[in-house]
Amino acid sequence: MGEKKLMKGNEALAEGAVRAGCRFFSGYPITPQNEVPEYMSWRMPEVGGTFIQAESEVAAINMLYGASACGTRVMTSSSGPGISLKQEGISYTASAQLPIFYANVVRGGPGLGNIAPSQGDYFQATRGGGHGDYRVFVMAPNSVSEMGNFPRICYEVAEKYRMVTMILADGLLGQMMEPIEFDFEPIDPSKLPPKDYALGIQEGRSRRVVRSYDLKPGFMEKHTWKLMEIYNQVEEKETRYETIMAEDADLLVVAYGTCSRISRAALALGRKENLKIGLLRPITVWPFPSKILHDLASRIKKILVVEMSTGQMIEDVKLAIEGSAQVFFHGRPSGGIPTEFEVLDVIKKIYGK
Amino acid sequence: MEKKVFARTKGLTETPMRYCPGCGHGVIHRLVGETLEELDIRERTIGIAPVGCSVFADEYFNCDMIQPAHGRGPAVATGMKRVRPDCIIFSYQGDGDLASIGMAETIHSAARGENITIIFVNNAIYGMTGGQMAPTTLPGMRSTTSPFGRDPKVAGNPIRVCELLSSLKGPVYLERVAVNTPGNVVKAKKAIKKAFQVQVDGLGFSLVEIISQCPTDWAMTPLQSIGRVKDEMIPYYPLGVFKSLEEKK
Amino acid sequence: MYQGVIMSGFGGQGIISTGVLLAYSGMVDGKHVTFFPAYGAEMRGGTANCSVVVSTDEVASPVVSTPDSIIVMNEPSLLKFEPTLKPQGLLLINSSLVSSKPKRNDINIITIDANKIAEEIGTVKCANMVMLGALINRTKAVSLESVVKTLSKVYPRAKKEMLEINENALKRGGTF
Repeated sequence: MGEKKLMKGNEALAEGAVRAGCRFFSGYPITPQNEVPEYMSWRMPEVGGTFIQAESEVAAINMLYGASACGTRVMTSSSGPGISLKQEGISYTASAQLPIFYANVVRGGPGLGNIAPSQGDYFQATRGGGHGDYRVFVMAPNSVSEMGNFPRICYEVAEKYRMVTMILADGLLGQMMEPIEFDFEPIDPSKLPPKDYALGIQEGRSRRVVRSYDLKPGFMEKHTWKLMEIYNQVEEKETRYETIMAEDADLLVVAYGTCSRISRAALALGRKENLKIGLLRPITVWPFPSKILHDLASRIKKILVVEMSTGQMIEDVKLAIEGSAQVFFHGRPSGGIPTEFEVLDVIKKIYGK
Repeated sequence: MEKKVFARTKGLTETPMRYCPGCGHGVIHRLVGETLEELDIRERTIGIAPVGCSVFADEYFNCDMIQPAHGRGPAVATGMKRVRPDCIIFSYQGDGDLASIGMAETIHSAARGENITIIFVNNAIYGMTGGQMAPTTLPGMRSTTSPFGRDPKVAGNPIRVCELLSSLKGPVYLERVAVNTPGNVVKAKKAIKKAFQVQVDGLGFSLVEIISQCPTDWAMTPLQSIGRVKDEMIPYYPLGVFKSLEEKK
Repeated sequence: MYQGVIMSGFGGQGIISTGVLLAYSGMVDGKHVTFFPAYGAEMRGGTANCSVVVSTDEVASPVVSTPDSIIVMNEPSLLKFEPTLKPQGLLLINSSLVSSKPKRNDINIITIDANKIAEEIGTVKCANMVMLGALINRTKAVSLESVVKTLSKVYPRAKKEMLEINENALKRGGTF
């Protein structure tokens, strides 16, 4: 699949999307994701694709709406404040069932916040983010390698289920460098099967309409239930997670993204002191790995949630375990990054040590 | 012997339009539909319906259609044209859509010189939502959010879109027309056709602003409403070419 | 083997590229590596620092909170990072730019007149390489050969003479 390269997370993300067949990118500058549009600005022309620096995030997402409606694999990226602006277009895209892919390289918030790494946009990502009843398939990478290899999965899910997909990263994953080896051959988008909804040349077929509304009484309700059926399928078939040493654990740490790396380091330290710590790492945060967590919680009675926020994923954890275990929390919002020692201290306190 | 003197254009579907009596949209739709047929571009055209009364345009134009968010037509058009340069892309927009919420998208697609066509219907009012003040509502004109008449001291003055865009290098064709008289309808058709031709020839951004009437939300009879177009609208929004190819050369 | 390194100084001293060079060389040596720059809002003149991990095992946390070694290229960096160093850790100070003395006595301290040495070699710009040379000599985190091989990858636009100067600086640093 090619040689090992040392890449910045943001560049791996952009290259991964290009290799997965992305041929249209529009975006607007915001730290800490600027390497994505910068990379795309030369890479897109190289592969015969389009790069546009849009006048705003609002325009960028709507350019995607148009390009995606024509059957192209598209991408935009931004960070918190810009993702807020994109929510309008994301909601329309979800309703119109266009398969778009975007990334949020999360920074500290609310407001302009700061440019430091954060996981404060979990609610926004996993609850749809914009108005109305819809879900977004959300992958949470924890390495540069995953930053580069997840876009392919996102495009596949997006097109299979015709839904919005995204990567929820953070400033650390965007800025850090690690070796990456792509686990797939570059995809030639012209070889992908044609899409039966795509707008374009109509010769020999009836006209097509892409719309996000239905004003006929009862029709929108039906449409929304149809979307929900799709989301139920995605929940059943596309949930991804990873467990580490959960088999014999009596305390389970639940963490995603950067926090899962830090928690893994804390786990290694704790195991050296004979603390039976396990880790559940959601790889998709929507759909959330509720079933496995529910099963684990029936045996492991202590759960620690570690997040770079004031506590957002913890709500999904509590919903999943339905009160069957005790839930503890350690959070560092808006630019705070926990250390493995800090997490170990919290774990020891739970053990009463 | 029967002689056919008038027929439905293939550029429109057979779905009956549900616009109010006297509304300009029906005529303007027909002019666009005829253009698609006459330039033989219907089967490679993608139209963009706005949010507003003409959101239903996606049922009326007999070509591929898309309905985006309010005001975002030019951004959607940009995305489509860049990936399908072989298609003809037009964005049909009202005054609130184009000159208020979507002003940034309008100006920047024009500034980039996107090879798209915008049909801008200016009837100085928000129709579908029930007659609120638009960015093009005339000074003194009543609406449901300017019940005492638009006061420029409070609400500012209306925006002249063609004049505004004509300062940019991007657009190659800008014209303002009206559909209040048979003569003006003929001129409007010519302008619309020219705007599409500009795109077919790959020359760049074209926009036709069409001064229209909204008898319902203006609280007028259709006849009174076309009188207002002549007496109030056209004096504020002078008809004519604001940018043309000849000028560019 | 696990080596968590912090490099810190002013923007423009080559801190970031030195970090990349170390990480890249580690990768060439077949080790697991991560590099993370502290990214600020200022484009010039601010404090620049980065963390690099080189390890024979997969790197769990990319955040280096208690480094095994530190390269310090200005006064504020000494104040900021000396307290974080592991006991018996390695503190490399560019004494051409840092006059303060470290406070701890449970660490290994090496002071290098790096700017002066760099000027002797050819240009003050290679002071960072003198420091890196010392670091890899002491920690054996990566091999000198890999660093030399990697130079042209990290500085693709550097002229041959500059690459040679950098190589000399690395070797000179290796004598500490």
